[in-house]
Amino acid sequence: MKNWIKVASAAAIGIALSASAANAAWEKVVVATEGAYPPFNMMDENGKLIGFDVDFANKLCETAKIECEIVAQDWDGMIPGLLAKKYDAIIAQMSITEERKRSIDFSDYYSNTPAVFVGKDGMSIAAYKDGKVIEDALDGMVVGVQRSTTHANFLEDNFPGIEIRMYGTQDEALLDLTAGRVDATLADSGTLEAWINSDEGKGYGFVSNQFAPSKWFGDGAGIGIRKEDQDLKAIFNKALAEMLANGSYDELNKKYFPAINLHPN
Amino acid sequence: MFEDLLYVLGKYDTWLWRGFLLTVELLVISVTLGTLLAIPLAVARVSKKVWIQAVPFSFIYVFRGTPLIGQLFMMYYGVGQLVSNIDGIQDHWSWVYLRNPYWYCLLTFVLNTAAYVAEIMRGGIQNVPSGELEAARACGMSPWTIYRRIIFPRMWQMIWPAYTNDVIFTLKATSLASTVTMMELTGAARKIVARTALPYEAFISAGVIYLIIVYTLTFGFKGIERYLRRNERRKDKPPGAAKPASA
Repeated sequence: MKNWIKVASAAAIGIALSASAANAAWEKVVVATEGAYPPFNMMDENGKLIGFDVDFANKLCETAKIECEIVAQDWDGMIPGLLAKKYDAIIAQMSITEERKRSIDFSDYYSNTPAVFVGKDGMSIAAYKDGKVIEDALDGMVVGVQRSTTHANFLEDNFPGIEIRMYGTQDEALLDLTAGRVDATLADSGTLEAWINSDEGKGYGFVSNQFAPSKWFGDGAGIGIRKEDQDLKAIFNKALAEMLANGSYDELNKKYFPAINLHPN
Repeated sequence: MFEDLLYVLGKYDTWLWRGFLLTVELLVISVTLGTLLAIPLAVARVSKKVWIQAVPFSFIYVFRGTPLIGQLFMMYYGVGQLVSNIDGIQDHWSWVYLRNPYWYCLLTFVLNTAAYVAEIMRGGIQNVPSGELEAARACGMSPWTIYRRIIFPRMWQMIWPAYTNDVIFTLKATSLASTVTMMELTGAARKIVARTALPYEAFISAGVIYLIIVYTLTFGFKGIERYLRRNERRKDKPPGAAKPASA
C-alpha cells in the first residue's frame, strides 16, 4: 500500500516536472511590474495596470511574438518573487546595478532617466555636481525616498548625517512631502516630472540638477530575469533592438514623455 | 545559505541592533502607557451606569474591531495630514515632533494596547468572587480601598496569563511600524533584503531576535505570575496533602 502511494506520487511529480520543462520554450511569459510608479507603471480606477512599462512590455512581447501576462508585485518583493518563479521577468524601471546583478541578470537597458530632488518651489539642493557628491548639501533635512531603490542607496551611502525616511512606494513619499513631513524626495526624474505637473504637485518642483552617477544608479533600467534564463534574455534583447530600429519605441517614448529622451545613444 | 547568513549578520549587525532597540522601546512604552490607560477604562467599563460604560465600550469596540494597520494609516496619513494643514503649524516649534512618525506609531500602539488590556481587565474585575467583596464591605472598606486591596490584586492574578499573551501580541504588532518608515526590527530586515536580495537570511535573523525577546518576556512574566499567586501556593500545599483525585 505504502509503496503504491510512493510510486504514484513519484509518477505525478515526474509528469509535473516534464510539463514545466515543456513550458520553458517561452510561449508564455509572466511579467511583473509594480503599479505604483506613475507614469511608468500604475493602476487605473479599475485596478488595471497601465503606464509606459506596461505598454512597453506588451509591445515587446508582440514584437518577440510571445504571449505575455502582466502582474503587479510590491517593490520590496520584486527580486525574491522572480527568484521564486512567481514570474519570469521584471519590467518596472529597475536600474541595472552591480548589487542586483549578484542575484539576477538584466537585458540591455530599455530606458534611462536621471535622478532629481523634488521639494517646495524656491528650494535649492546641490548634492551632486561635476562628478562629486557634496556631503553636507542635505544637512538638517529630512528626505523621503522609496525603500529598496538606487535612490535610497545613494542617500544612505553618501549622506550619513541626515534623516532618511523610507517608504514602500514613491506615492507615499510624495504624500508626506505635501504634508510637510519630509523636506524633499529623491527619485527618477520621469516619475517626478509627471507628479509636479499634476494637481497634487502644485507648488513643488525640481530643486536640484539631474544626475545619474553609474556607481549608484547603474546604467539605466533593464528587464530583470533569472540568471539561468539566458534564452529569454536573448529574445528580449532582440525584440528591444527591433523596437528601437522600427520606431515603435520612439512612439511610446513620445506618448509618455514628450520632453525626455528615454533611450539616449 | 549559512555563509549568506554570516554575511548578513556581519555586515548589517548595526541595523539589526538599532532595529532591536527601537522594537523594545516601542513595546515597553506601548505596554506601560497602554496598561495605565486601560485601568480607568476597565473600571468605567464595569460601572453600573450606562452612560459611564458607553465611553470605554465604544473606544474598545472601535480599536478591537478594526485592523491595527488601518488604525496606523488613519493616524499617520489621516490625522497627520490634518495636523499638517493647520495654518502656521509647520513653523511652530512643535512641528519637529508632529512631523515625526514615531509619535503617531506610539499613540496608535498605546490606544490599541489599552483597548485590549481594558477588555481583559474587565473580565478579571467581574470575576472577583462576590463573597470577597461582601466581606470587604462588611469590614467597612471604602470603594477605593476595596479596589486597591481586593479587586486589583485578584484581577492581576486572574488576568496575568492573558495579559502576557497580549504583551507578546503587541511585540509583533510593532512590526507594522515599518510601514510608516520606522526602522524597527522588521523595517531593518526589509532594508537588508533591499540591499542584498537575501530574504531568508534577513528575516531569519530578525525572526531569531523576536524569538529571543519572546523567550525573555515569557520567562520574566512567569516569574511575576508566581509572585502574584504566592497566596495560592501556600494554600495548595498543606502538609500531607491528598493526591489529586484524577490520578
